[in-house]
Amino acid sequence: MKTRCLAMILAGGQGSRLGVLTAKVAKPAVPFGGKYRIIDFPLSNCAHSGIERVGVLTQYRPFELNNYLGNGNAWDLDGRGGGVFILPPYARAKGADWYSGTADAIYQNLNFIEMSDPDYVLILSGDHIYAMDYSKMLDAHIAKGAEATIGVIRVPMEEASRFGILDAEADGRITRFTEKPAQPTSDLASMGIYIFTKDFLRDYLVEDAKREDSSHDFGKDIIPKMLADGAKLYSYSFDGYWKDVGTIESLWQANMDFLADEPPLDTGGTWRIHSANPALPPHYIGPEAEVSHALLNEGAVVLGSVAHSVISSGVRIGKGAKVTDSVVMPFAVIEDGAVVDHAILGPHTRVAANAKVKGTPDSIAVTGENEVVEAAG
Amino acid sequence: MKNVMSLVDLQREEAYIKELTQDRPIASLPFAGRYRLVDFALSSMVTSGIRNVGVLLPENKARSILDHLRSGKDWDLARHHKGLFYLPPVRPENGEKASDLRNIYYNLNFVENSNEEYVLLARATSVYNIDFTKVLKFHIDNGADVTVVTSKAWHSDPCSGLIVEPGENGRIRDAAIKPELKEGEYRSLGIFLMSKELFCNVVRYAFEHGGTDFRRDAILKQATGLKFYTYIHDGFAARICSTPAFYLSNLKMLDQSVWEELFMKENAPIITKVKDMSPTEYKEGANVKNSLIANGCEIHGTVENSVIFRNVTVAPGAVIRNSVVMEDCVLEAQAEIEYVITDKEVTITQGKRLRGAVNFPVMIGKHVTI
Repeated sequence: MKTRCLAMILAGGQGSRLGVLTAKVAKPAVPFGGKYRIIDFPLSNCAHSGIERVGVLTQYRPFELNNYLGNGNAWDLDGRGGGVFILPPYARAKGADWYSGTADAIYQNLNFIEMSDPDYVLILSGDHIYAMDYSKMLDAHIAKGAEATIGVIRVPMEEASRFGILDAEADGRITRFTEKPAQPTSDLASMGIYIFTKDFLRDYLVEDAKREDSSHDFGKDIIPKMLADGAKLYSYSFDGYWKDVGTIESLWQANMDFLADEPPLDTGGTWRIHSANPALPPHYIGPEAEVSHALLNEGAVVLGSVAHSVISSGVRIGKGAKVTDSVVMPFAVIEDGAVVDHAILGPHTRVAANAKVKGTPDSIAVTGENEVVEAAG
Repeated sequence: MKNVMSLVDLQREEAYIKELTQDRPIASLPFAGRYRLVDFALSSMVTSGIRNVGVLLPENKARSILDHLRSGKDWDLARHHKGLFYLPPVRPENGEKASDLRNIYYNLNFVENSNEEYVLLARATSVYNIDFTKVLKFHIDNGADVTVVTSKAWHSDPCSGLIVEPGENGRIRDAAIKPELKEGEYRSLGIFLMSKELFCNVVRYAFEHGGTDFRRDAILKQATGLKFYTYIHDGFAARICSTPAFYLSNLKMLDQSVWEELFMKENAPIITKVKDMSPTEYKEGANVKNSLIANGCEIHGTVENSVIFRNVTVAPGAVIRNSVVMEDCVLEAQAEIEYVITDKEVTITQGKRLRGAVNFPVMIGKHVTI
């Protein structure tokens, strides 16, 4: 079977910077925006870009993510020849290893790639919120005769040292790539989105796997080696909304971004973000409730007040309860009179009557899945 | 429920709900913000474990049903083995009239070729979430020949319907089709359970003797000598046969206990076509009280005691009270409606005001701009 472009989503990271939110699930399965999970964004982008075969590389706490993805039906990725394939580390004749780096994860699945027989491989990460047409990037890759194309976005210079930073010529040809440079030489940051011509990628992965001194990472090892060899690497500029949600603060901020008068992405528009949802009714707003500047999803019941917050599926907010500047994940219960401010409540959190969960803009309070917060004293 | 197959009958029409059913069968009527009436019968069947479902398509107006159900995937009915079957009507000949009985008769092959022991027939005109395994157990425990599911009516209605008088253990003392329905009566929800053999026999006999109406000719006229029982559903149920019933039943969804019972039942959700609308946006100035709001809406104005379907825009200063507003409607700035039902894609332009009354909601048809 022939595939034009195969997508591989790196979804194996623990996301330890998300603390209790990823204590039980992998980062790509973390809820976002009242309705979605982070991985809905790359998956929906694939479906809209005409990429029908997607491998999802998982290793940390994979069950909830596996359960969520199913056969890819929710994203219309369950066609013949297509599909969503969960790719955990597996045992081979020589033994079994965990994925030791992003490149190693892809290397360990070369058999899957060869079976899919793609001309091109698109590598994605499962921790960004954005809407992007990968088919345009693929067109650019082909038009330039590139061997590798890296998606880039301009970032503020003062933040550049957090990213992989590259220098490129006017036509996009990459001349230098430095992972998290102390002294950045440009503001062009890698988005962690790569398109490789398949055979070219395979040769580098095989070579890299043999090297004892390699950390088997795309940014640290593979890309610099390709550049050193004079390979044809091009950048592809993206100028839409793109947000890393790898930390509590950035996850909270990205949720808040969607409360703007003009939300950064039209998730219900033509580039609709699909998600696998439980069948829930429209939400109910009670007689004494007050709701403004908020996003509310299906199955929620609001009897108290909500301001500047994102309220997910099946959330209950009791009488007299106050929720401000917060993200409330699915099926959390905020009982009567409770106060939630500058917080992220994990799924199924219960905030008991009159209890408080209060953070500050600089330090967002977080509760983990199923956590119970009792009233003080 | 492996031994029960079901038929969803979409053929029948109601005289008192014409405005809403000009372009669609009653089964396609939007309800409770995101559903269509057929969802309630179909979801109850599926969550009760029925896996072989025939949908008797109406004589015309089938498009909205086909678009909604498609392959049956959302109900887990797109299957290699059994699943959802569309049973199209056969064109009437020799001056015959289209009827539900005729439709069933000409599709009896589907029933006879199925290997289940029982047939559950449901008209998709009611709102409920019923565990049909309980109905089957009731039917078997009582040794019933025919079981009709009824519920006690919570409001009177101008339309006709099948009323039963239940005796001991649910054995029916009398059953009749009454021209008007009264509060407190035990009213059929259009759900009948019987053995496949009896079902085929009564349908064949009734149609071949000039019958047209399933209830009257296949059930009531042949009930003598049969063990005719009623299973009384004690949860919420609404029969949507008139515009006031449609209006009242939608507003009944604002009763939180009804909402919970219908939609939040463990392992028995009401399933509908997935559209993946984004969450609803409440903007500055939004003032929403006692309302049911579907996804994809943008609310700047006031909404009270109302049911708002998907993708509705309520502009700043617009006011909706005691109304049912269907998908893709727009209320422009300072527009006001009270006791109004708007069908899909209605626009109320800036500053316009419309007001009906509780017993006579104003009905605005599809695609109208006011």
